[in-house]
Amino acid sequence: MSLSFAILTALLAIGLLALIFGVVLGFAAVKFKVESDPLVEQIDQILPQTQCGQCGFPGCKPYAQAIADGDEINKCPPGGDATIKKLADLMGVEAKSLDAAHGEEDIKKVAYIREDECIGCTKCIQACPVDAILGAAKQMHTVIADECTGCDLCVDPCPVDCIDMLPVANSTSSWRWDIDAIPIKQIG
Amino acid sequence: MQNSFNNIIEKLNNHEVWDFPGGVFPAERKAMSNQTPIGKSSIPEHLYVTVKQHIGVEGHIIVEVGQKVLKGQALTKSMNPFAVPIHAPTSGEITAIQKHVSAHPSGLPELTVLITSDQQDKWTQLSPLVDYQNQPKMQVLATICDAGISGMGGAGFPTHIKSSPKKDLDFLIINGIECEPYITSDDRLMREHAWQIRQGIDVLCHLLNPKHVLIGIENNKPEAIEAMQVACRENPNYRVCSVPTKYPAGGEKQLIQVLTNREVPAQGLPVDVGVIMHNVGTCFAIADAIFAGKPLIERVVTVTGEAVGKPGNVWALIGSPLADLLTQGDYKQTLQSQPNIIMGGPMMGFSVTSDLVPVVKTTNCILAPTDSEMAGNNEQACIRCSACADACPASLLPQQLFWHAKAKELEKAQDYNLFDCIECGACAYVCPSEIPLVHYYRIAKSEVRIEQEEKQKSDKARDRFEKREARLIADQQARDEKHRLAAESRKQAMASNGNNAKDKIAAALARAKAKKQALSVADDKAIEPTAVAPANEAEQTAKLEAAEVSTKAASSNQRVQAAIARAKAKKAAAEARVSKPGREDENDAIDDKDNSIEEKQQDATFKTITAQPAKAQQDTQTELAISPVVIAPLNQEPDKAEIKQAQIAAAVAKAKAKREVQKIAKSQELPNQTSAAKVNNTVTESPVERLKTEEQQIEMKKRRIAAAVAKAKAKKATQKAVMSKEDKTL
Repeated sequence: MSLSFAILTALLAIGLLALIFGVVLGFAAVKFKVESDPLVEQIDQILPQTQCGQCGFPGCKPYAQAIADGDEINKCPPGGDATIKKLADLMGVEAKSLDAAHGEEDIKKVAYIREDECIGCTKCIQACPVDAILGAAKQMHTVIADECTGCDLCVDPCPVDCIDMLPVANSTSSWRWDIDAIPIKQIG
Repeated sequence: MQNSFNNIIEKLNNHEVWDFPGGVFPAERKAMSNQTPIGKSSIPEHLYVTVKQHIGVEGHIIVEVGQKVLKGQALTKSMNPFAVPIHAPTSGEITAIQKHVSAHPSGLPELTVLITSDQQDKWTQLSPLVDYQNQPKMQVLATICDAGISGMGGAGFPTHIKSSPKKDLDFLIINGIECEPYITSDDRLMREHAWQIRQGIDVLCHLLNPKHVLIGIENNKPEAIEAMQVACRENPNYRVCSVPTKYPAGGEKQLIQVLTNREVPAQGLPVDVGVIMHNVGTCFAIADAIFAGKPLIERVVTVTGEAVGKPGNVWALIGSPLADLLTQGDYKQTLQSQPNIIMGGPMMGFSVTSDLVPVVKTTNCILAPTDSEMAGNNEQACIRCSACADACPASLLPQQLFWHAKAKELEKAQDYNLFDCIECGACAYVCPSEIPLVHYYRIAKSEVRIEQEEKQKSDKARDRFEKREARLIADQQARDEKHRLAAESRKQAMASNGNNAKDKIAAALARAKAKKQALSVADDKAIEPTAVAPANEAEQTAKLEAAEVSTKAASSNQRVQAAIARAKAKKAAAEARVSKPGREDENDAIDDKDNSIEEKQQDATFKTITAQPAKAQQDTQTELAISPVVIAPLNQEPDKAEIKQAQIAAAVAKAKAKREVQKIAKSQELPNQTSAAKVNNTVTESPVERLKTEEQQIEMKKRRIAAAVAKAKAKKATQKAVMSKEDKTL
């Protein structure tokens, strides 16, 4: 009698707990629903946002989506090995070397329009994924260097080939302390 | 809880101070340079005034090449609160504004104003503010800012910002510690200009209202302590504190800890613990600016080291190239195995890349050591002795930081508070393996900074990219919406117009009938719009299909057809043969046509059929009266379409009128309408003109009736075509 009662109580208690947790979890699932895939967001945070399309996708976000869906992580030349390493950490896969089919890691560059050669065709403006080119039809165009991601996409559309990709100049604020330190020693 | 004000005063009254953790005791070597008074350096021929010499932003250059400037004249100006101007250190001519090697460890060129001195040293108009106590604080701060004063202890933070705090102050601390070996510029300044430093402190007190002023001086400078005590004797609120000599007691956070036992929080500022600190050099410059109106154009620089023949302190103009000062100090490069000039002290300074590096506002020392003074670069593996941790004044774990910095594990290095490192070099100094620890931290710090910058940039790029995408989509939607609305309004307009047209047709028909009856003209059947020749229907459909095919043919083909049609029309007019009127229901024909267009045509050009000849009649008749071809290319703009429609209608009307006339003249002939298509509008014009010449013979009344009918029909047809197009797009 007491044994069956104990069993019954235990079953009831566990059943009740299961019910309560089920309700709590169900409520949480509705209340704290995550709209977009957080993994895609995380991958997108790692990608360099040049929007260059060298990976074969139209922008960094689509590539992030593709990685989340199982695509290779080594298709981003602007990000280079550092990005691949971070992606490998995030995705729990092994870091590979950059896929040469998508290009090679290069120094950081910005587009520069030789302004006296520009005919004002606006083709580069349409090509720029981050609206970093300023100009109007039949007016000279120019690149806002601070906004340029160095994606190269404006170079091909230019009918007069007046866009150069110039390496970003090193300044005292972007300098990396690559000199030898001053050695110090106790004297006398 | 931070140490209370009374506690601090009590302890200071007992001539005691606190201590900071760690610290080292390097050889001072100050006696080399502090024995002689501050010398006056000669005016260099060329002065290189770097535009940005402080933390913050640089101003805009307000002078141009070739301009003559006077000593003390401002060279830059800015509305930005974090900008302080630079001034011409002597009178002369601006010979260039260009990039010049900078007083930075990288030696990367920075924008510099090059002044060629005229050796006159002629001052510009100075405007001192002697009665500063009666002036508003903003005015005093503006004077300090306009004098170009930024912190002269090392960091170069704009003084006027540091002097306008939002919080109440317990202590204003004046930093005369000068803990780094070799350097004696503050020492000599206090010994010789204690009075003026005190004046500067007075100004700061007026601005900051501290409860108490502490002047911290290391106990290895007894003369300076005495001089400052004498200068501050009158004011009981000023207290000169002798601080035990230990490197780096002169660090801001360390000195606050020593004098108040308060610890500045990791991300915080001294003002968070009720303290503000200024360097003695800055106080001197403030006094100069307020009482003499002189901007900051010169400072005391210690030129020292074993390789300097006459070590000592000099008043150096800002912008003087190091080469000039070294020459005056009798620098013997032969004593060095390779040229090595250090700007700053041996612990925190950096080797300059060129002897043309100019003196800037934060340059307190130029050190030219011999080889024996400097250790060789003999880095060995870390033996985990933890001597660095014992020496660290910020209580960090230098060997852990080193480990992570070397492995580029920047996140972990930051977890060990990399950014609380003050780069004092104490750890590297004590390291038995001679590891240049600070060097690793600097690299790691700059890499973290660059990474953060890139992160910011990529966030911005993402933002811009997404905004652009959103904008493009919104544009597309707006365009689609506009088209939809335009199409709807067109449809509505057409619905009402269509009714009008029908009414007009009916009215016109009624009028025409009445007139014709009145005139007893032979046959009014001709303009009966519902007249159908049912017998011919099958053939008509066949013909329609054939016409559709030709519609899609090349325009040249169409032109040929049109030409044939014209020829035939002419022939018909000439021959005047009796033919039975055959007329099909136009509406049906147009519907058929439109259906086929819907199926087969994608482009925006639509052709309307005004008439179609019966194929059966072709056999019996030898001629065909063909109306001019009508096209109604439906452009996106309704105006164009309307104009075109009107033109077409007019052309059709004229053609019809002509035919009506012919028909009436012959009494029997009826115009047979045909379908044809053209892309070119000019084609429609040539028959129109041709018809015009014949028009004069036409009876005006008849023509008008016919024109009205034809116009209405044409309009209806075009509208139908438009509608079918819209149906398709919708």
